[in-house]
Amino acid sequence: MSEILIEGRNLTKEFTAGRKKKVHAVTDVSLQILQGETLGLVGESGCGKSTLGRLLIRLLKPDSGRLLVHGEDVTDLSDKEFGKYRRQLQLIFQDPYASLDPRLCVRDLIAEPLKTWHVCRTKEELTQRVLEKMEEVGVPGEYLYRYPHQFSGGQRQRIGIARALAAQPELIVCDEPVSALDVPVQNQILNLLNQLQESKGLTYLFISHDLSVVRHISDRVCVMFLGTICEIGKTQEVFQNPMHPYTRFLMNAILPPDPHRRNDQAELLSGEIPSAVNPPSGCRFHTRCPYADERCRREMPALQDAGDGHQAACHHTMN
Amino acid sequence: MSGKTLEIRHLNTSFFTQKGEVGAAKDICLEVRPGQIVGIVGESGCGKSVTARSVMGLVKYPGRVVSGEILLNGTRITGISKKEACSLRGSEVSMIFQEPMTSLNPVIKVGRQVEEVLLIHKKITKKEAKKEAAKILEAVGISDVASRMECYPHQLSGGLRQRVMIAMAMICSPSLLIADEPTTALDVTVEAQILRLMKKLCEAGTSILLISHNLGVIAQVCDYVYVMYAGRIVEQGETFTLFDHPAHPYTRGLLGAAKSLRSDAGLLKTIPGVVPNLLHLPAGCSFSPRCDSCMDLCRSEMPDMLPAGEKGHLTRCWRS
Repeated sequence: MSEILIEGRNLTKEFTAGRKKKVHAVTDVSLQILQGETLGLVGESGCGKSTLGRLLIRLLKPDSGRLLVHGEDVTDLSDKEFGKYRRQLQLIFQDPYASLDPRLCVRDLIAEPLKTWHVCRTKEELTQRVLEKMEEVGVPGEYLYRYPHQFSGGQRQRIGIARALAAQPELIVCDEPVSALDVPVQNQILNLLNQLQESKGLTYLFISHDLSVVRHISDRVCVMFLGTICEIGKTQEVFQNPMHPYTRFLMNAILPPDPHRRNDQAELLSGEIPSAVNPPSGCRFHTRCPYADERCRREMPALQDAGDGHQAACHHTMN
Repeated sequence: MSGKTLEIRHLNTSFFTQKGEVGAAKDICLEVRPGQIVGIVGESGCGKSVTARSVMGLVKYPGRVVSGEILLNGTRITGISKKEACSLRGSEVSMIFQEPMTSLNPVIKVGRQVEEVLLIHKKITKKEAKKEAAKILEAVGISDVASRMECYPHQLSGGLRQRVMIAMAMICSPSLLIADEPTTALDVTVEAQILRLMKKLCEAGTSILLISHNLGVIAQVCDYVYVMYAGRIVEQGETFTLFDHPAHPYTRGLLGAAKSLRSDAGLLKTIPGVVPNLLHLPAGCSFSPRCDSCMDLCRSEMPDMLPAGEKGHLTRCWRS
């Protein structure tokens, strides 16, 4: 088995929302990211997947729980002490329109992280490195002095990837990197991410609400519901043999681009994701779950292993 | 069935920008028959929303409908006065938008927003309007209607807001509902619910023009599909025909890209090149620079819609 790159133990994060109100964004989540893998994180909006992604690279500090990078506890390090890890842990954002400074040209955008980490000594060297990064992500070098608004969404996302790559990280958290793109462009970016992973041995935490995308790119998948993990396991395993009812409903909701396979008959989940301010007692899914009983309302199920790292948190599948 | 709910004939809608005229929708011919769900699919910027907005008379400055005719139930609605257009919108034809939050008024309770539509279009008392509103909100699948009607939009979830939008659109039983990316902002489980609701509405007699970039959504609910590229319709046909035998290289590319994501292929299919700038369209067929079966003719002349095999299946490609 590969080495564990990042490990979160019992991470909990709450946000205050107005007086005496708390949003339970992530509740007691333990998760490991292995070196060189792509871990997919899926769930509906507001389930805490972005918060968890940020906790795992310490862009947010957990209220409780520990964070380990290469086995070293980094939870209580000061920001300065954490600096040497920061370079290894980078992030790509969802919106390629909002995540690039509109007043910086491509050269300056990609040079920014290189300057931060003092990678280059001279200006010429810096420009040279920027050009290398641009070539790696497929943005033509002649666009060096263009500004973000002159690019299409796909090209902008490539620039975002180049910025993340500039620091030569080990892990990139990709937070919905293709949700804002049309399908053919989305595929180009997914191909690029795959190819970069192969050539550089990168590790990805890939956050998305789109199961088809996650299925394609991930080695392992983690399904989240309202701040907790419902199911985690190898991608093939989870998709072929989903153990948690929520995972099954998510798959029923996939819309295949094929009129012969309409899902008119598939059982759909009723209702919507409950509020994270007042999460349901017991199993957080019980208000929407057709199999819920007294125990589910009372007791939060723990993740249980069904072999080969395939785990689900449900009282019923395991019985 | 006879008659057409919506007929668009040679519609041209342009935006007059400082850099010149941008033809956002060009020579659009489109039909929606009673009881049909018709889809328009294409990438962002291909003109699908502009086409829909042209029907509603909602194209914003500096854009306007340049030429062409739009007929609703056989009556011409292009060139009618603002007042006449207002009386049609909401009663004969309604539209729902992608982002339900920005389309609802944030400072008015949702119940009143639904009632308002009735009060404008029908001679009806406030009390009756309230009753009707409650009925339709229940019909679109909202539980606990009485208390939800007293809510402001921000107190509702995305799925509920979209249901409120649909209720507002449907309350006067329009003959045509235009849905512009109605599920794009919603979660997958809610998306499936809303699509089922739209199918139900259609079975109840409303024709729907559904605009989406998502081929999955289109394949699920549409009877007939139009594919748009760079402001023009490039292919049209019955859903099954079009998905089984796509005739235009662009449709093939789009479908291939969507399907390869669901297969176990290592490398995903894409379409080479980028969508052209509408200000600087290539000569001839707009897709020719990206097409793998491009001929000399394609680079010099734009093809008309030509028959492609089965009846009603047309494509804008010289190769067909």
